[in-house]
Amino acid sequence: MAVDWSTFWPRILEATGETLIMVIATLIFGSIFGIVIGLLLFVTRENNILENKVVFQLLNFLINIIRPIPFIIFLVAISQLTRLVMGTTIGTAAAIFPMTIVASFTIARVVENNLVSIDPGVIEAAKAMGASPLRIIFTVLIPEALGPLILGLTFVSIALIDFSAVAGTVGGGGLGHIAMTYGYQRFDASVMIVTVLILIVMVQIAQWLGNTISKKIMRR
Amino acid sequence: MIEFRNVTKTFKVGKNEVAAVKNVSLQIDKGDIYGIIGFSGAGKSTLLRLVNMLERPTNGTVHIQGTDVGKLPAKKLRTQRQNIGMIFQNFNLFQSRTVAGNIAYPLKLAGISKAKIQSRVNELLQFVGLEDKAKHYPEQLSGGQKQRVGIARALASSPDILICDEATSALDPNTTADILRLLKKVNSDLGITILLITHEMGVIQSICNKVAIMENGEVIEKGRVFDTFTDPQHETTQRFIQSVQQDLPSEQVLKEWTESGGGTLYRILFKGDSAIDPILSTTARKYDIDFNIVYGSVRELEERLFGNLIISFIGDSDKTNQVIQELEKIVDIKEVYASWQ
Repeated sequence: MAVDWSTFWPRILEATGETLIMVIATLIFGSIFGIVIGLLLFVTRENNILENKVVFQLLNFLINIIRPIPFIIFLVAISQLTRLVMGTTIGTAAAIFPMTIVASFTIARVVENNLVSIDPGVIEAAKAMGASPLRIIFTVLIPEALGPLILGLTFVSIALIDFSAVAGTVGGGGLGHIAMTYGYQRFDASVMIVTVLILIVMVQIAQWLGNTISKKIMRR
Repeated sequence: MIEFRNVTKTFKVGKNEVAAVKNVSLQIDKGDIYGIIGFSGAGKSTLLRLVNMLERPTNGTVHIQGTDVGKLPAKKLRTQRQNIGMIFQNFNLFQSRTVAGNIAYPLKLAGISKAKIQSRVNELLQFVGLEDKAKHYPEQLSGGQKQRVGIARALASSPDILICDEATSALDPNTTADILRLLKKVNSDLGITILLITHEMGVIQSICNKVAIMENGEVIEKGRVFDTFTDPQHETTQRFIQSVQQDLPSEQVLKEWTESGGGTLYRILFKGDSAIDPILSTTARKYDIDFNIVYGSVRELEERLFGNLIISFIGDSDKTNQVIQELEKIVDIKEVYASWQ
């Protein structure tokens, strides 16, 4: 069955928009939660500025149980919670909820890894100068880790494009949904090729953007 | 200025308790450049961190200008820390900030206005000789320049005390000498009391007025640098001193000396004024004998001279003994025995 391209292009455009919304919204919310969780995870570590075993263990445990679950299973597993929070389990908005949870914990780990690579001597120096823990977080930890952090976020945002496609297959909308219904269920290779091309372009742009920004910050 | 009173610090390593600092009592007076020397693992780094409570004592107290710093609440401790500049072996500069940004950091912490920060930063850059590097990032600087930035940053909040954690250990000899000169200037021009730790006796010799030697967490010897160098008591102290001044010729040279029929060798130590007076030649002339300087050095410690000479006397043995007796009244003189004798 041939595709009617004149009606199809607007659909593609709409789906691209949905994917972008899912990815960008998730990236924004995920970054906010992820950076907070990642910072908490780092500063509550043993011998760190706000050492707290309970908080550290709890966060570490949460990250370790959520991250290994395949996204498609997680998506289905928390659908009741999604309905409770978002009011629905279908559509772009509904997809953003589980994506944000997974992104938050992934970003938290990325943030923590970047913070660990900061020279502890620099933190000690700030402490010796009389900086408070909160001050150290905002004026030392974040600026010192920002360059690699942007690269980490770029990496995550590319994974989110992938997640959005997965969400699309179970009613999340976006390019994933189109590829699934037209390409997979109707065996239409041309639609599949178009969506794949759009996804490739998106990933390229995201990576280029991330590289440019981090380069500017790291001055290398 | 700084006083350690019976300070002990233990760390838990697995199930064991390891004492890094054991019952140390030290007093650092205003205006001192006080050096603590020890091999790595001696506990000096921990001791230094007790001054600004980066480490807290397990037992004992640390007092700064009379205040028990261990008892200060968090906020007061942070204010106290602004009065204690600290520099590090690896400089610990903020990579994300420029040179000027690094120096401005403690000033921002102290809540100083932007305009004042600007002028203070310029003043400090001039003091450490880096006026042209204000906009550079630390990664663009050499080791010596980085340490200058570290010093400027530590001085920014006009502290009374500067503590130095192996500040020259990552630098080459020339740069080390530059940085030591700068520290001396900090002490003499700004009147800042300096407490430093090092494993290099050369650092102690060139700028300190007092020294403490640490081993296994304990202070095994302490005193004025001149006294410690001229009359070391502990074996470890002697080893440190020998690392910067060889007081005897090598065994090989001593052996050759004896085998070639050279006479008995005497070691004479001149301290302070006696290093300037021509004691040796006047005494020898009085008894009409000659002497031969085989080996030796004269050096400056704490702006006083200290001489160490190995000599042999040529002439009548009775007269030689008289000369030695006379010299003993004024200087420290001993016969040199080589280890194989």
